[in-house]
Amino acid sequence: MNDVFDVLIVLTKVLVFILFPLSMVPLLVWLERKVSALIQDRPGPNRAAIGFVRLGGLVHLFADTIKMLSKEQIIPRNVHLFHYLAAPVLMAATSLLVLPIVPFADVVYLPGGREISMQAFNLDAGVLWYFAITSLMVYGVVLAGWASNNKYALLGGVRSSAQLISYELPLGLSVIGLIMVFGTVHLNEMVVQQGELLFGFLPRWGIFIQPLAAIIFIVCAFAETNRAPFDLAEGESELVAGFHTEYSGMLFGTFFMAEYVAMVVASAMIATLFFGGWQIPYMSTQTLITHAESLSYVALLGTTVFLLALAAWAWRFYGRNPSRFGDLRDKEPLLYVVVLALGAFGALALMGALYLFGFNAAWGGPLFAASVQVGAFVTKIMLICLMFIWVRWTLPRFRYDQLMFLGWKSLLPLALANIFITGIMIFLTGGLAS
Amino acid sequence: MKAVKVKTIKREKLNFWERTYLVPIFQGMGVTLKHLLSNLFRANQMQTVSYPDQKKTMPTGYRGKHRLTQRDDGTVKCVACMMCATVCPADCIHIEADEHDDPTIEKFPQKFEIDLLRCVYCGYCVEACPCDAIRMDSGIYAIFATRREDFIINKEGLLNVKPQFPDDARPKQGMPPIAGETDLPLAPPSQQPPSERGSTPLQMYDPATGQTHTT
Repeated sequence: MNDVFDVLIVLTKVLVFILFPLSMVPLLVWLERKVSALIQDRPGPNRAAIGFVRLGGLVHLFADTIKMLSKEQIIPRNVHLFHYLAAPVLMAATSLLVLPIVPFADVVYLPGGREISMQAFNLDAGVLWYFAITSLMVYGVVLAGWASNNKYALLGGVRSSAQLISYELPLGLSVIGLIMVFGTVHLNEMVVQQGELLFGFLPRWGIFIQPLAAIIFIVCAFAETNRAPFDLAEGESELVAGFHTEYSGMLFGTFFMAEYVAMVVASAMIATLFFGGWQIPYMSTQTLITHAESLSYVALLGTTVFLLALAAWAWRFYGRNPSRFGDLRDKEPLLYVVVLALGAFGALALMGALYLFGFNAAWGGPLFAASVQVGAFVTKIMLICLMFIWVRWTLPRFRYDQLMFLGWKSLLPLALANIFITGIMIFLTGGLAS
Repeated sequence: MKAVKVKTIKREKLNFWERTYLVPIFQGMGVTLKHLLSNLFRANQMQTVSYPDQKKTMPTGYRGKHRLTQRDDGTVKCVACMMCATVCPADCIHIEADEHDDPTIEKFPQKFEIDLLRCVYCGYCVEACPCDAIRMDSGIYAIFATRREDFIINKEGLLNVKPQFPDDARPKQGMPPIAGETDLPLAPPSQQPPSERGSTPLQMYDPATGQTHTT
């Protein structure tokens, strides 16, 4: 019986860790389109509708997906077919392989002595796995560029390989300082150590004890995900679309997906290493478990108030714009009022149920702590993804020589200096552990 | 021989913080964040026009779809003098003249066709016309059809096009305002055609008056 349970847990974890990044992709595409629009003073996608429900442009996701899936795949005559088809698969597969090692919450101790780690892949190598897999990502780009038998694609692939090799060095070296401080490469142990306080008031997050490493890592993570300002591999102004010029339909869609999955993965790594992972500042796992009952009331009450406030906002919006379009779309805010009010009512009902049936501390405590930590971690990932998008729509693309200059002449020496300074500090103060 | 003058432009020296890239990057991100937040919370202040729902009024002098003007009795003003067809650089006007019943008018167009796909909207026909019979003041810029033949607009079609500002008394409507002539009476904002759907007030800049007004 217990074995079956264990197998079920492993299968669930594998499924969740594959579905989570994949379900983030359309959400991030929407976020990217909306944020870029707002930054450029446009309203952004808002036309696609199911009936009259537009969900602020979210319905575009369905339209986009259907378009991608139903489009014709044009495979040029002179491609190296096997490698041409293998490249997007390789990109997507490698980008999905990293997230399973990231801890989404502290280890959950269930009654009966059962212990569930919130990683799909509890690997001692931790950070090293991330480096190993992300360096495989470049093969997808290079393969796509070469197999397309197109000079623009080839140039894009070559640029990308040079860029990734240049930025992998500072990326790896920046983390060494962190490994020296924490004394481990296991991600969950790193996060556990970030829960303590620095000088008694500052959460001991990676960004506070290793600020230079954090900057280097974030910059290099941008380069590793091939996103602006480091997206020279697909510089559309000079290379048509770079390495995926010859791809169409869902083959292109796979590259597109891989890019966003890579963004989620990079955000997860940045959050884990430098922003305390699943840690909520000033609230350790133990605090969450012992005060689970009162905190769950607070959380449910907060949800209720938040949903009601949103509903009130939607109501006011409707009151101000009763006939903007002159058709059913005007009634859309009313639908949200109903849905949000129902959600608030549901949260209240849950509170009532909690009061009536009592709180099972043995099961409720660990599960509550785990779910709150997962929520905190996903919030951090989303915020860092938002930063990725924000930077992309702010900065122009680097020139190629500037890119190389930044990688080899600035970030690499800085990363080395960071290791040196960290070593001296640990020698002088005896490290954080003492 | 004079020596070639060389103007040396000195590169601005970047200070330390500028050379780190980080501070300018954060400044830039601040600018974009300001736009993001102001557009998020004050969406109706956004400059973008939601096109099919809101339509801009074109400025006077905008050369849109052509129209043929009429006399008070409703007959076409054109006397088929072929001035416009002659001056047309795109050769898109086709006129077939016929004799008019009134001997003082002599001729009228039996056929008057403009191929809107060939037209380059230069406005020469309006300028050439001796009797103000053709104008481009309709303000219509969205010209669409599903077949090529449908882009050839005939006399009845041209007579049916309405002017954008019916009350504009200028003799040559559809031409850019001439210097010193800008104080000619213009249609008050209230009489301008409202946008098709939607009543969101829209600030529009009118280059003829130099003022913004609300449609």
